[in-house]
Amino acid sequence: MKKALLLAAALAVTTSASAAGKLEIFSWWSGDEGPALEALVKLYKAKYPTVAVDNATVSGGAGTNAKAVLKTRMLGGTPPDSFQAHAGQELIGTWVVAGRMEDLSGLFKSEGWDKVFPKDLVKLISTNGKPWSVPVNVHRSNVMWYNPAKLKAWGVTVPKTWPEFLKTCSTLKAKGVAAPLVVGENWTQQHLWESVMIGTLGAANWENLWAGKLKFTDPKVVAGFTTFGKVMDCANKDASGLSWQQASDRVIDGTSAFNVMGDWAAGYFATTKKLAPNTGFGWAPAPGTTKTFVMLADSFGLPKGAKNRTEALNWLKLMGSKAGQDAFNPLKGSIAARTDSDLSKYNTYGKSAAADWKSNKIVGSLVHGAVAPESFMSAFGAVIDQYVSSRNSAAAAAAAQQLAVRAGISK
Amino acid sequence: MKGLSKDRLWSIAVLTPSIILIAVFVYGFIARSVYVSMTDWGNDPAQALALDPIIRWVGLANYQELFTGFLQGRFRQELISTIFFTLFFILGCLGLGLGLALILDRNPKGEGLWRTIFLFPMSLSFIVTGTIWRWMLQPGGGVNQAPTLLGGEASTFGWLSSTDALWKFDWNKLPLLTASVVGLVLAVMAVRAARSGDRTRTLVAAACAALLFLWALFIGPNVKMLPAPELHGFNLALIGIIIAAVWQMSGYTMALYLAGLRGIPEELREAARVDGANDIGMYQHVIFPLLAPITLSAMIVLGHISLKIFDLVYAMAGPDNINTSVPALNMYLTSFRQNQFALGAAIGTILLILVAFVIVPYLSSQFRTEEGHA
Repeated sequence: MKKALLLAAALAVTTSASAAGKLEIFSWWSGDEGPALEALVKLYKAKYPTVAVDNATVSGGAGTNAKAVLKTRMLGGTPPDSFQAHAGQELIGTWVVAGRMEDLSGLFKSEGWDKVFPKDLVKLISTNGKPWSVPVNVHRSNVMWYNPAKLKAWGVTVPKTWPEFLKTCSTLKAKGVAAPLVVGENWTQQHLWESVMIGTLGAANWENLWAGKLKFTDPKVVAGFTTFGKVMDCANKDASGLSWQQASDRVIDGTSAFNVMGDWAAGYFATTKKLAPNTGFGWAPAPGTTKTFVMLADSFGLPKGAKNRTEALNWLKLMGSKAGQDAFNPLKGSIAARTDSDLSKYNTYGKSAAADWKSNKIVGSLVHGAVAPESFMSAFGAVIDQYVSSRNSAAAAAAAQQLAVRAGISK
Repeated sequence: MKGLSKDRLWSIAVLTPSIILIAVFVYGFIARSVYVSMTDWGNDPAQALALDPIIRWVGLANYQELFTGFLQGRFRQELISTIFFTLFFILGCLGLGLGLALILDRNPKGEGLWRTIFLFPMSLSFIVTGTIWRWMLQPGGGVNQAPTLLGGEASTFGWLSSTDALWKFDWNKLPLLTASVVGLVLAVMAVRAARSGDRTRTLVAAACAALLFLWALFIGPNVKMLPAPELHGFNLALIGIIIAAVWQMSGYTMALYLAGLRGIPEELREAARVDGANDIGMYQHVIFPLLAPITLSAMIVLGHISLKIFDLVYAMAGPDNINTSVPALNMYLTSFRQNQFALGAAIGTILLILVAFVIVPYLSSQFRTEEGHA
């Protein structure tokens, strides 16, 4: 017994010594998203067989747990070699401003990524022309989901603008649908807010808002808050008790007509609920946002002081490559950030989203970290909650403006 | 060398490590948190996580921000929620615990089994309790579906999602309310002191009360902590969380009360009966007074649990639901999601002060009685 143990120990030592390098990747992809990450790791191992890959996953939705662990490790001086972050300001506002990340412009140039990633996307992940992370996938946030059969039965069509939506809402209410729109817990309300705001302001003003050129206290933004309040009047009253899946269920069972949610809902409808696209469930851009793609992306960055820098760079190269993105995204249920991906690998929804990705105006999502730092987003949740109970547009806009000043977005 | 006998040396040697550990990891860290709460660490995102952050001393600015800042309405609602939560949680646990203990004290059949059943919830962690109760309090399920079993309509009460509140008041009136309440207490003290003939005490208490009342009359109504009125009250969504918390902890108070009831000598009850007391009279004049110290200890233990509560709320209502949020949750989010370490430390310090209000008087009274016995 003792001998066997010794032997095992000796073997363990030799195997770790024979590996030419090590790579630690840190993410919150577990559960449904685990296999997609595994596919990437497999590709990496095939390319660099001597490197031992340490997959340090901290589970928990949207990375709340992982981000806390990451902070401990970064502050403790032992950063992972590469870690997952929502692309854009969530990374920039937290780690880049603190001087903890390496600038990846060299990598973008040598790999020719400037040409394959859309310009709007590169702008979102850069400050002063320097990109900070490699986007692996893209999700769309401004999608309105519905049940085609039910809409037909009610005799309504999908509204194209928010005023039209409010009209449809009163029609449906007259037909006895208590809550034509279904929303869930706090973040899904922020998610809806962002679609309403972009739908009222337009994509250009949305960009100005985050560039500090448009103030939250501007009458246009205040009007957006008011529209959001009217839209919330069409929604269910038990919102904060529902997860996004439970909210989506109400669209399927016909309790509600519409739901604004990111395109991970497509995976939920198709895979979990076994519904056929276009007949079992339908989708359209959220009202007022046709020709606009509100995006969020998962990306990996390179922290300063990474122990295995070369291996990490190879990892980033793989993530940005066509092979890497086409291996990862069909499994994750997202689309590739590259515009040259192999569309035959994607499902019906994915194909339509990929077509929009190439042709639409791309702007970043607030609630999923693309346009504002964590310090803004986290506190903004309380602003939305307060607004939903008080319906005071001016106060909510003033609070948001103060938050923006504090987070360095606006002056 | 009487002072350094072998026993003494031993006791010093054994105690030193834990004294050092507590000094560093409890009191040292408390001091550090209080220090951080008086700096601006994290108020500028660029400095929050930098390698060598520039941290400046700002005194009580963070506390001022929490109590009067436009953006910190959430924190103020949480303070009010905590007070209501603590009140109903303690009342619920004491009431239910005492009721159960009184029933069990009558030696029903299978008493041991009942005791185990009632005490069992305490062995679960708040996260587990929270998850179970979240399922039961779902808008379309569990408790709300219960009436359908009897053929009734399903209830639509938003156990964890309600945004309605009772007993709302304007935060701007808080100084006024506090001054009035403290003034009243001082006035009562003055009257009492006058009755017992303590002249200096009467005068001091009366003067303080008069000052406070004058302030409340003339200056208080004009004090504006916030630019606009801000209403806070008892949110109905808290009811679900209070029920879950009471479910978890009432077994503990039952055990305490049961021990207390069993500790009352049979002779006392017999003597009361001989003196002609009926059941109600016996409870009222003999048993309940003897249970008073137990009530106090239960209140202390439950009070500090409810002030620090975090996991139950997180599991039941999620972190972003301001209607059910509590300061501990806000402290976590402020520090570890918004990276505002100084503001988070300030919330933590306020929590510590609140808990100290509950614990310190108890500890000092315990200390005094022990000294008295020695």
